[in-house]
Amino acid sequence: MMGSLVQGTYVVSTALFVFSLHWMNDPKTARRAVFAGVAAMLLAVAATWIQPVVVHHGWIILAIIAGFIVGVPLSLVPLTAVPQRTALSHAFGGVAAGLVGTAEYYLWWERGAGHLTTFRMTAIIAEIILGFLTFTGSLMAAGKLQEVKWIPQRPVTYRGQNVTNIGLLVIAAVIGVWVILNPTTLLAARLFPVIIGLALVFGVLLIIPIGGADMPTVISILNSYAGLSAVAMGFVLDNKLLITAGALDGSSGLILSIIMCRAMNRSFTNVLFGAFGQVAQAKQLEPGKVYRPETIEGAAQVLEQANLVVIIPGYGMAVAQAQHKVRELYDQLKKRGITVKFAIHPVAGRMPGHMNVLLAEADIPYTDLVESSDINPDMPQCDVALVVGANDVVNPVARYDKTSPIYGMPIIDADKAKTVYAIKRSTRPGFAGIDNELYFSDRTWMLFGDAKAVIGDLVKQFSDTGGIH
Amino acid sequence: MTTLFLMQEATEAAGAAQPFDYWSMVFVFLLATFIGIGVIRRVSRLLHTPLMSITNAISAIAVVGSIIVTGSDYPPKIRLLGAIALFASMTNIVSGFLITDRMLKMFKTREGDHK
Repeated sequence: MMGSLVQGTYVVSTALFVFSLHWMNDPKTARRAVFAGVAAMLLAVAATWIQPVVVHHGWIILAIIAGFIVGVPLSLVPLTAVPQRTALSHAFGGVAAGLVGTAEYYLWWERGAGHLTTFRMTAIIAEIILGFLTFTGSLMAAGKLQEVKWIPQRPVTYRGQNVTNIGLLVIAAVIGVWVILNPTTLLAARLFPVIIGLALVFGVLLIIPIGGADMPTVISILNSYAGLSAVAMGFVLDNKLLITAGALDGSSGLILSIIMCRAMNRSFTNVLFGAFGQVAQAKQLEPGKVYRPETIEGAAQVLEQANLVVIIPGYGMAVAQAQHKVRELYDQLKKRGITVKFAIHPVAGRMPGHMNVLLAEADIPYTDLVESSDINPDMPQCDVALVVGANDVVNPVARYDKTSPIYGMPIIDADKAKTVYAIKRSTRPGFAGIDNELYFSDRTWMLFGDAKAVIGDLVKQFSDTGGIH
Repeated sequence: MTTLFLMQEATEAAGAAQPFDYWSMVFVFLLATFIGIGVIRRVSRLLHTPLMSITNAISAIAVVGSIIVTGSDYPPKIRLLGAIALFASMTNIVSGFLITDRMLKMFKTREGDHK
């Protein structure tokens, strides 16, 4: 009776999770998705808690309260910090799965070795390897995104790196197989922490060679791992709700990773094992090429004459927190009857969809956010392309230079616009260390300075002239 | 002596354990993955960041396993591991759903459309 009630509730909960993700297909229905998700989670927690095996309640209540105390502030971070918050929560998801796997193993080792079937042991080992490598990997990713001082921002590469990483994983797998085959031995109980240790180290090593530009892909992959570790937990505990919900998360991470990889024209293995770091010694600025700076007044005049302005935001906009100033500029241009669109590249920023959220925060209607492949056919009609802190995603080199590390990456065709204004903090090359061909095009003019300040100055020009007309 | 005891308990536990139908779990996993792929592919690209935070919260379904480990009549060491896992999962549930809602509120079609 109780079993049916619990399983029945789990079925309802599963259905609600699927609906929740389904409603995410349109911003109009998306808020319903949250309600469905919360309802599903409440049902799952309640159905689990009422089971007769749950006899101690004190620690459960304490842990839930602690979860609220930490969780609420974590949900209030500024939106520019969302990538690192997301990475941090992947870490939490990983460690939860890893700890439950560890607990179950030692419990059964002590109390009921009969439970440690080969199938279950395989699931436990998969759960702890995935869980703990997601834990340290995500912590590293969060540290890089947060720009924590003692974590190197630039990709760290060394000779034999891939051999070391794969070797480490192979060792963990070999020990894992031995433990799976001899789970009840004393040695297995001793080797178990060794596997955990190797997984923890592997997580760190996996992220060290990864640079900021690859973060959207890496975060998606870690998202997938966190889901898969929940699936493994479901296999261990014979719990189908865990399996379905974990699989939904795993497939979400998988799809996002594929979209990110396609947007960079790279493969999974290339992202994980072919560090962007090698790019550092890429072609330097050819002599004779110089930036052509433009004044704010000049740029404002040209913008005012335009019919179609396309703004191309990148990570630089997030760093400078310029989205609200961008919105003011958008308003000023709109007031003058100018069509303004935002061209969003899938990998702009540090996580999938990063730019959309920042611009939505600044109250820009999402109907004006256009994906790069949809806006490219219109770029030749575009009078002004304004590049705000984007770099690699507008570099025309990706189209023809086979030696370039970004060759083949689909880009936003900013260079086809009649005039290009690029806002740039300094004359140094971007994160990937590649010079941007666009900046030296004869249609391009540079606006040097902090994105927020430059756009603020532009807005001022417009509000001043707005008073005269 | 201890070994003997352990072995005996092991056999008892094995006998008591329900038949473990792992093939049905593999089926569930496979089908759920296909459903996930089908549903997620249709998610608006505008919403990829909220999508990731909501799936974060959903994958904190690990809370189910954590509650069982924390609340069962297990040795305190084991239950402590469960409690830490429960805390981590709960943090993800709370922060994941709250921040998703916070972000989704911001997506509007027109100015002043605060729906």
